[in-house]
Amino acid sequence: MYPYILSEFIVERREDRCIRCRVCERQCANGVHLFDSELNRFFTTEKDCVGCQRCVMLCPADALYVRPRLADYRPNGSWTRDQMQNLKKQAATGGVVLTGSGNDKPYRVYWNHLTLNASQVTNPSIDPLREPMELQTFLGRKPDSLKIEFNGGKARLASEFPPNVPLRMPLLFSAMSLGAISYPAFKSLAMAAKEAGVLFNTGEGGLPVEMRGEYADHAIVQCASGRFGVDEDYLNCARIVEIKIGQGAKPGIGGHLPGEKVSDYIAQTRMIPRGTDALSPAPQHDIYSIEDLSMLIYALKEATDYSKPVSVKIAAVNNVAAIASGIVRAGADIVAIDGFRGGTGAAPLVTRDNVGIPIELALSAVDKRLRDEGIRNRCSVIAAGGIRSSADAIKAIALGDDAVYLATAPLVAMGCTLCHKCHTGKCNWGICTQDPFLTKRLNPELTSRRLSNLLRSWEHEIQEILGGMGVNAIESLRGNREHLRGLGLEEWELNVLGVKGAGE
Amino acid sequence: MGRIKAKPEVCMGCHLCEIWCAVAHSKSKHIIKAFLYEVDKPLPRLVVEEKLPLTFVLQCRHCAEPDCVAACISGALSKDPQSGRVIYDADRCVGCYSCVLTCPYGSILINPQKRGIIKCDLCAGLDSLYCVSHCPNEALTYEDS
Repeated sequence: MYPYILSEFIVERREDRCIRCRVCERQCANGVHLFDSELNRFFTTEKDCVGCQRCVMLCPADALYVRPRLADYRPNGSWTRDQMQNLKKQAATGGVVLTGSGNDKPYRVYWNHLTLNASQVTNPSIDPLREPMELQTFLGRKPDSLKIEFNGGKARLASEFPPNVPLRMPLLFSAMSLGAISYPAFKSLAMAAKEAGVLFNTGEGGLPVEMRGEYADHAIVQCASGRFGVDEDYLNCARIVEIKIGQGAKPGIGGHLPGEKVSDYIAQTRMIPRGTDALSPAPQHDIYSIEDLSMLIYALKEATDYSKPVSVKIAAVNNVAAIASGIVRAGADIVAIDGFRGGTGAAPLVTRDNVGIPIELALSAVDKRLRDEGIRNRCSVIAAGGIRSSADAIKAIALGDDAVYLATAPLVAMGCTLCHKCHTGKCNWGICTQDPFLTKRLNPELTSRRLSNLLRSWEHEIQEILGGMGVNAIESLRGNREHLRGLGLEEWELNVLGVKGAGE
Repeated sequence: MGRIKAKPEVCMGCHLCEIWCAVAHSKSKHIIKAFLYEVDKPLPRLVVEEKLPLTFVLQCRHCAEPDCVAACISGALSKDPQSGRVIYDADRCVGCYSCVLTCPYGSILINPQKRGIIKCDLCAGLDSLYCVSHCPNEALTYEDS
């Protein structure tokens, strides 16, 4: 059937620069560039171009430009090019339109409407290069009260402290499973987390046995609806165990790793037969209520001898505050909330772009609700989904967050250009693919260095901002909305965020 | 005497090492000028071996006991005792290609433009090893022995 779909990109080759080295041709997994040696020229198949910019960035002569082909249809505020193209795709296939990465629709990004405070005159700012600046964060349940015993003039902490995990800075790599991303990408995250003193999250694809010795101490292991790769050693080797209920990019939807991607190695790690589809059901089939969730939380705590915090990750949806309250009361030590701008390896477009709520509002609502109920100390809150910069992370912490989960940001640091074609398995950057020719494009030695640099930059920037505010520890900012002001927000938005308008 | 080492597990077969090797040995050392305007087309001194997905680059190993030097009938190839490099003197080469036949790595290439050979000179006289410094994935390293 003729698809009637316009190319999304224009590929322009500057003939006065092109040296016919054919690097572009070899780098494109979509076969966009084809060299004809007889004519000594390239032919371009623009309809297959995904705009990932791989050829552009590798071209040694700067001869290539790949530009979005903007709406060639008659301009229409309601029927956009994307809307029309999707209709044509559906008409051609009868299937659900798939996509990858995160929601790209122009919903309000609340981070852009929040500004930060700084010290002037009445309190001094601090230079973080000269004075200590504490970013260390502890994840886990904190006791309701602290009992201190004095014995012979010496003070001793008498209350029992639940298990807590220290982080050098309040940043974590979010769940991306081996299988969804390539082994080099997965390993790079683990190496960088170890180097930077933070944690990475295995996602639901298991943790390869040979990585456990070196990296398990920096791992959050996930127990998701498919239960892939879960056994006693997997749970016990990690620092935190996380139950995945939902994902911000696709709340209410399960996962599906196609059989072609289930290689020997992935099959072994996930404990499933090679070449079979890895299906994660939409719900956890043993959790139909808060009570059921509590049973799984305590089953995991029993399995790990109450030695690690148990986290529960949910997507940010309506009534998220009440759900989070239930999760904390069910015994979770950490609540991770994934906003609707979070990414995915594959999801139906209609879900990714329309389901869920922004993390800023969800986070603030959860923090407020847990405080009101007097149970905020019983858990750490981790915000995920759409944290793009150190500034977003700082604002999240001021809204009551303990640490942020990062996924899209580290992927971009690895090379990802957000072309949204993760679901095709043909990632030219070697990230979201299992093709052995493509995965080699990530050298974990090099990529982990880029990721460590990213974390170090954010660490410095967070310290700079804290210093400017005149506080010397991240704890002094946590949940301190006085350091935030809203710009261009309506009354109800300010109320949900618990933030005053600028000038107030 | 150091050696350039290839890491096939992270070599992505882009062939940029070949391109930059050719630039390094061009007259102008300018990538566009060299390829588009120089009379003698720039030629790489190394070859990317491919059996997809496996790819890696191989250049002259500058062997301790080089077969090519032993085979050379005109004294055009010699082993420099100081630097350890296997050096090619084009003026003395008669183009018998004995070296090409004897090199166990296939790293001596026939010059298609004029009778003679081309081979890696470890970027003699240049400020860096072009193939190593231009590899986007650090799949080539120079290791001092």
